[in-house]
Amino acid sequence: MLVKRRVREGEGEEMIRLEDVKMHFTVRKGLFKTTTMKAVDGVSLKIGKGEILALVGESGSGKTTLGRLTLRLLQPTSGRILFENQDITNLHEAKLKMFRGRVQAVFQDPYSSIDPFMNIYQIVEEPLVIHRIGDEKERREHVYKTLEDVRLTPPQDYAEKYPHMLSGGQRQRVGIARALVLNPEYIMADEPVSMIDASSRVEILQLLKRLQETHNIAFLYITHDIATARYFSDRVSVMYRGRVVESGPSEKVIEKPLHSYTKQLIAAVPEPDPSNRFRERSVVETGSFDEDDADLVEVEPDHFVAGFKK
Amino acid sequence: MPMLEVRDLKLQYSSARGVVKAVDNVSFDIEKGEVLGIVGESGSGKTSLSLALMRVLPKNVHAYEGQVTLDGKEISSLPDEAFRKQVRWRQISMVFQGAQNSLNPVLKVGFQAAEPMLVRSKTDRREARKRVEDLFELVGLPREIYDRYPHELSGGMKQRVGVASALVLDPKLIILDEPTSALDVSIQAQIMNLLKRLKRELGLSMIFITHDIALSSDICDHLAVLYAGEVVEKGSAEQIFGNPKHPYTQLLLASVPRLKSDTDPKYIPGAPPDLTSPPPGCRFHPRCPYRFEPCDHKVPPQVKVDEGQTAKCWLNVESEKVKAKK
Repeated sequence: MLVKRRVREGEGEEMIRLEDVKMHFTVRKGLFKTTTMKAVDGVSLKIGKGEILALVGESGSGKTTLGRLTLRLLQPTSGRILFENQDITNLHEAKLKMFRGRVQAVFQDPYSSIDPFMNIYQIVEEPLVIHRIGDEKERREHVYKTLEDVRLTPPQDYAEKYPHMLSGGQRQRVGIARALVLNPEYIMADEPVSMIDASSRVEILQLLKRLQETHNIAFLYITHDIATARYFSDRVSVMYRGRVVESGPSEKVIEKPLHSYTKQLIAAVPEPDPSNRFRERSVVETGSFDEDDADLVEVEPDHFVAGFKK
Repeated sequence: MPMLEVRDLKLQYSSARGVVKAVDNVSFDIEKGEVLGIVGESGSGKTSLSLALMRVLPKNVHAYEGQVTLDGKEISSLPDEAFRKQVRWRQISMVFQGAQNSLNPVLKVGFQAAEPMLVRSKTDRREARKRVEDLFELVGLPREIYDRYPHELSGGMKQRVGVASALVLDPKLIILDEPTSALDVSIQAQIMNLLKRLKRELGLSMIFITHDIALSSDICDHLAVLYAGEVVEKGSAEQIFGNPKHPYTQLLLASVPRLKSDTDPKYIPGAPPDLTSPPPGCRFHPRCPYRFEPCDHKVPPQVKVDEGQTAKCWLNVESEKVKAKK
């Protein structure tokens, strides 16, 4: 298997911890009425240094909101966010700037998340310019090295190109280089491969995996595809309607899922098999379980399941 | 006799960089009630192929050739106006990639689905509404959806509207271009089940276009694997998944992350070629781990490797020779 747990520098130390975080949005309905949308409704989780946590769920489950909370791009309604054991929940923007240099994001759509009028060099250099790091020569060296890190080699060939000249996978590598150039310790990757061809997905995930190993970067890998989570993450948290319903080491959760939602999510993944066409695909029957508000129970060491009765 | 016969279909665009050979001598057949999967990476010409079949062509077409026969009648020789009136949507319709975004946000979805009937067959409004409501029911939507606007529907519901509008004129063939690519796995599963049901109950023929070879096994009876504008392998689902003969097909299958087995997924290094100047010889040779002497300068022929299965690869030519000697 691609993911082999090995002892890493700083292993066991916490990078990011969320404690009972809630994020409620007020949504206007008509002219006067408002309702509350509970995008994230009481989630606790932690990401260790150099660890990859996969956050799996369907659209609308609150996984993107949760990802934004880990970057403190949103201020939670309640609960605490800690970065290296320091409470950053209510930190002011000015003080967050130090933190912002150490965390980065990779987004889903490499076609819209990078500026089409900038060339690859400018795109990757920009964060260094914004954070006023290095002089021109130092920046050039660092940008080239980063392009090599994401295997856009030789970097000279790519530096002058524009995004439209690259394939989807190459563009996403530019997005990763841009996140990587500030030497972050944590990267939130929100569906980084879902818009990329199936044949190149594994390449991007292996690249991220290698960066985790060589640069000791912690990742939150947000995805609706539980099959890739198995190969790419140390731990998995499954989200449903704003809450985590199951979490634990990836092999345990995926090979021995305990929550019915996780089981259904796994059963819905297509495997290449020509006999598939003679039977119905199994679908997720939402509403077939009413454990929404149940607390997480530690069923076996480090494996938590909502509302599990022993 | 196959329902649809496509022979040497070619579509080329002119661009600032030269002629783009998007679809290059593509041939295949589809039997009635059968689903043909067209699998390939982005830039392999999948979408161009569907546009060529629907004859929805951009302005910069450089060449558009080939023979397409539907139910024994050659439709490729029809003039544009006759094709529009007789074939497009009436006999061949299409569900677009991201049907979510192909709906007009300021028109009711029911009207949008009914439009081809109102425009093309001058159906009376009440009758059209009834037909669309019936189809909504068939695809698993409540009839009341007719008066809703696209923003009021979820992604999966919009895709169902897309399927219903493709059915509205009772076509013989539906082209589905990545119909589930923007959807969650569980919504994808629901849409796939809907398509299977339509195939079974209405005996519809379909072309299912996707980059996801695992997904194609969900519905396709036959597959054509497209690389750089060419069909590199064709065969039944059993042959393609059980005994793929082209290295590209084998690598595509190996790139699928499996939940139920322990083999590591592998990626295909490199990227598909620029279609203005595809590599000489076999177009896949720069990325192929098995390339040998003839691959980089001689174009491989389509070799019959099994009953109903062909592969465009020199390896198969060699193994045929070995067989012949024995």
